[in-house]
Amino acid sequence: MTPEKALMTQEPDATAPEVMATAETVASQHPRIDVSGAAATPMAANRADTQTVFRCDDVHVYYGDFLALRNVSLSIAVHEVTAFIGPSGCGKTTFLRCFNRMNELIEGARVEGSINYHGVELYQDEVDPVEVRRRVGMVFQKPNPFPKSIYDNIAYGPRLAGAKRSELDDIVERSLTRAALWDEVRDRLKTSAYGLSGGQQQRLCIARAIAVQPDVVLMDEPCSALDPIATGRIEELIAELKTDYTIIIVTHNMQQAARISDMTAFFSVQANEMGQRTGELVEYAPTSLIFTNPEDPRTEAYITGRVG
Amino acid sequence: MSQDSSNLSAADLRTSAGRRAWSAGARWVFALAAVATVLVSALIIWTVASGAWTFISQVPFDSLTEIGWFPRRGLFDLSTLLVNSVQISVIAMLVAVPSGFGAAIYLSEYAHPRVRKVMKPALELLASVPSVVLGVFAISFITPSILTSFFHEINFFNKLAAGIAVGLLVIPLIASISEDALRAVPLALREASSGLGARKVTTSIRVVLPAAMSGLMAAVIVGFSRAIGETMVVTIASGGGDTSLFNLALTESGGTFTSAMAALGLGTDQVAGNNLAFQSLYFLGALLFVITLVLNMLGDLIVRRLRNKY
Amino acid sequence: MTILTTPAGIATGAADALRKRPGADVAGSAFKWLLIGATVFATGFLAVLLAVMIVDGWDVLSGNLWYFLTHGFSQRSAGEAGVWQGIIGSLQVALVTGVFAVPTGVATAIYLVEYAQGNRFARIVELNIRNLAGVPSIVYGLLGLAVFAQTLRGFSGGTTAIAGGMTLAAMVLPIVVITSVEALKAVPDSLREAAYGVGATKWEVLSRQVLPAALSTILTGTVLALARALGEAAPLILVGAATGFMSFGDANMFETFTGPYTALPVLIFNFARQPGADWGVNAAAASVIILVLVLAVNGLAIYLRNRFERQW
Repeated sequence: MTPEKALMTQEPDATAPEVMATAETVASQHPRIDVSGAAATPMAANRADTQTVFRCDDVHVYYGDFLALRNVSLSIAVHEVTAFIGPSGCGKTTFLRCFNRMNELIEGARVEGSINYHGVELYQDEVDPVEVRRRVGMVFQKPNPFPKSIYDNIAYGPRLAGAKRSELDDIVERSLTRAALWDEVRDRLKTSAYGLSGGQQQRLCIARAIAVQPDVVLMDEPCSALDPIATGRIEELIAELKTDYTIIIVTHNMQQAARISDMTAFFSVQANEMGQRTGELVEYAPTSLIFTNPEDPRTEAYITGRVG
Repeated sequence: MSQDSSNLSAADLRTSAGRRAWSAGARWVFALAAVATVLVSALIIWTVASGAWTFISQVPFDSLTEIGWFPRRGLFDLSTLLVNSVQISVIAMLVAVPSGFGAAIYLSEYAHPRVRKVMKPALELLASVPSVVLGVFAISFITPSILTSFFHEINFFNKLAAGIAVGLLVIPLIASISEDALRAVPLALREASSGLGARKVTTSIRVVLPAAMSGLMAAVIVGFSRAIGETMVVTIASGGGDTSLFNLALTESGGTFTSAMAALGLGTDQVAGNNLAFQSLYFLGALLFVITLVLNMLGDLIVRRLRNKY
Repeated sequence: MTILTTPAGIATGAADALRKRPGADVAGSAFKWLLIGATVFATGFLAVLLAVMIVDGWDVLSGNLWYFLTHGFSQRSAGEAGVWQGIIGSLQVALVTGVFAVPTGVATAIYLVEYAQGNRFARIVELNIRNLAGVPSIVYGLLGLAVFAQTLRGFSGGTTAIAGGMTLAAMVLPIVVITSVEALKAVPDSLREAAYGVGATKWEVLSRQVLPAALSTILTGTVLALARALGEAAPLILVGAATGFMSFGDANMFETFTGPYTALPVLIFNFARQPGADWGVNAAAASVIILVLVLAVNGLAIYLRNRFERQW
């Protein structure tokens, strides 16, 4: 990464008054409510040159009249793994689906506030969610391969994006290799993807996501349906993939977040007097900090309750 | 590889115009089809309403209550057709309800899953028996082989045979709706009853049937509506569609709303002029449309309420 | 009888009480056998129906079947009459029905499930479909007569196979829509999300993932709808199928879609209303033919559905 590029990303930051102009500290890179100097730690030094992929300001998500998530502001840095953790119903999946406008597929879903992707406001009419999803891929909770051959699963996205027939073999091999699946399936590319094990299917879904050359890969509890061994392989894979991709992962499993992520956002849920449960961002900090020295008592309670 | 795109513009986040156009166009094509289905309803209503209005506005009202149905002679006694329609539909219900309910209870409460797996498609298969065939069955078997041994004087064309044949036709419909209603009753209710030491027959009659009552009602209503609207069986087996005298005897022939329409339709080339007999076709159609619509909406309402209950 | 019993006494009493007594639940078995009787009646009459028709139509079915299948209607005598025109006419009508009903019905279902879930227009369309499903078939005949045969005479050519087919298309439209809606709803959302997730447009998601996944069920529904149309006579009587061919015995003219036409069930009706026992033989024989046809088509559809039923 060149210094120029690092400089360029400072521009939007400079225009936002609530954010400091330089990225000297983690806290300013990842603005949050009530962020204090506590987050500014030695880690910040080697993070100074990171780029910002997403910058979210004051994001609210509604389903109809129901406020599902309130007032989230944070930034996602390039080529890092960012984990979203928190109890059920805290809106972490909802928030994840904002990054590729997947929430729009749900009737009545509405996003307010600003989500900025490489300097472009995501939620504006000129932006086509289809292209956003091409650049911001997604891996889902349950492996969901298409009822097609392994080959066609991978080739589906590139075909839509206009890849030539001659390029497809290469793309398929490259994607499967990158997802650490090539050796297991190279001899049965034309067989149904349903014949694979759960863990293989999930790696196939990862290969499918990266076949369209995205910039970001969103993962919504990708290991929740897998056994520990398959989970381990996916985690290894995530660690490798982050050299090329920015990864945002929602997980229920805090050890997993601790193992694989660079940054962690802890979400919590509050019920109002009507009993409606609204999620909010409690704390966003480098993973090592969140798990060793959480700033917010709610984070600490959650982490100690579950890990300790 | 991932783009090292630090700053993008909105234009970068647009799909190709062609792909967007296809997707947008498809939406309109699908919406258009949905509009077409509404148009079908609108056209039906417009057709029967305008034809019926032409009839109503020209017909002398006392001809609607004359001795019988003789459209070509200008006598349009509606009560003749109404009574026959209702008589035949009631007979049909007497045949179809016990057998349909019985089959439904058996399949839902007693039958081995394997039996059920065979019987459900069999019922569907029965529902597809063409009604003309049942009409032929009525005049070639029900009347000559069965009814003649009970009644000494029975017309070759008679309402009783027509009603029985319509009943056979409606059984699968009633069985299918009631079976759905019975299966919608939560297992917990049955278990609660058995847990108190009730026998299966007691559980079925005292617990399951009352819980499914509204669904069973809906089955009867929808079945009745189907019976009222059934045409070919009645036209073949009951006769009297072209002309018929008011008559309450079940062993006699008698025209119904539907068979009168079929009879008028058979002569469309002769009566297609600006003539009341032809217009009465639309009037009957309008009556039939309204009656079945009300019945079906009622049945639908009950089924929906049942669905919300559990 | 003593109230106090030894533990052993309780045990023997319990053993007696728990023992199944044969014949105790008379009401229960009676009820069960009543239900079995009702079920046998409900499904068994098809066998009786088929047997009666085969016996009644035996003269034609045993000796004359080929002649019967390949010759046109004749008013002169029952022995000269065949069902050729009816078979051709039914195929023509079914073809027209399919051409109009399937695209419209499937497209409507796609609109309802994929585009308009729960909005006001969708609710109107759904209500409309449910009500259409309950409209008696003969009322569709009025629609066909007034609109397809008269208003649209320029397109359909009057009371022709095209007008008849369009009429039946309107009639089976609700069946196609309802079964297609079920088929589309059975496609799991995870499949749609997977396709959206790699940057597919809505149309691409539908055409390459959702429709292929729902195809076999939609196909089954379509076949069932066409089988229904194949057996229907009432609306066609109003749209000219009963009288269209009466003055001609020439089979060739039925090869056109825009001439007079008839259909197999209408022909059975015509046989049935001729006086004389020999016409009854024709009616029974033709009934066997249509029963075999309709049951085969339906059986095929049901078989296909069970065969391709997908577990997600």
